[in-house]
Amino acid sequence: MLVLARKRDQSIMIGDEVEVVIVDIHGDQVKLGINAPRHIAVHRREVYEEVQKENIMAAKIKTKEVSKLDLLLKNKLSKEK
Amino acid sequence: MKLKSKPFGEIEIENPVIIEIKEGIIGFEAKKKYVLLDSKEESVFKWLQSTDDPDLAFIVISPEVFHYNYKPEISEKDLNSIGIENLKEAICLAIVVVPEDPSRMSANLQAPIIINPKNLLAKQVISTNPQYMVRHYILDEMQDSIFRQEKVANRNKENIS
Repeated sequence: MLVLARKRDQSIMIGDEVEVVIVDIHGDQVKLGINAPRHIAVHRREVYEEVQKENIMAAKIKTKEVSKLDLLLKNKLSKEK
Repeated sequence: MKLKSKPFGEIEIENPVIIEIKEGIIGFEAKKKYVLLDSKEESVFKWLQSTDDPDLAFIVISPEVFHYNYKPEISEKDLNSIGIENLKEAICLAIVVVPEDPSRMSANLQAPIIINPKNLLAKQVISTNPQYMVRHYILDEMQDSIFRQEKVANRNKENIS
């Protein structure tokens, strides 16, 4: 792995399209600014793990009747009125 | 086509519309083919049932049902991967988690499933907007959504008068 030392407001380039700027450094937290073209998706690494966890929970669904869920929605709506 | 489904057991589908999620749903990458099943009664929920695995099904909901003005930002690469240029061309669905207490059911607005209705290709994508999370509580947000819709409606009324 390439390791680079950078100061605030300095940046690195990844290829000729992606720029990562060190926006701020505060204790153990670093704020990064990322300039990338629209076709490149930028996400925190944890996001994939969060989505995966949520999908696994969703697949554990035991309910076979969604009518119960619809009823909850309807009740909520009628309470609002 | 005969299909074994998780919610309804074995069912007969006349003209199955098979959706292909080439990369699979995150965490279930091996399963690529799904059908959307309606419940017997009218419902805002649908089932996304794997045709490869009878035990794999998700409850999905259209985000507009409970979340006002849902506009996820999706990368061009993701849009192009299912053959579209603009998100408006796609059907957007959020996966629902129903916990022990169903009133705490939530939907994942950060990673919707987008479907191109023309070629039936789909992908679970991750939006880059910070306001969309993996867990939005449907009942809580529906309340807020209705409130905001009414506010807009009232404002429009005032503008007219």
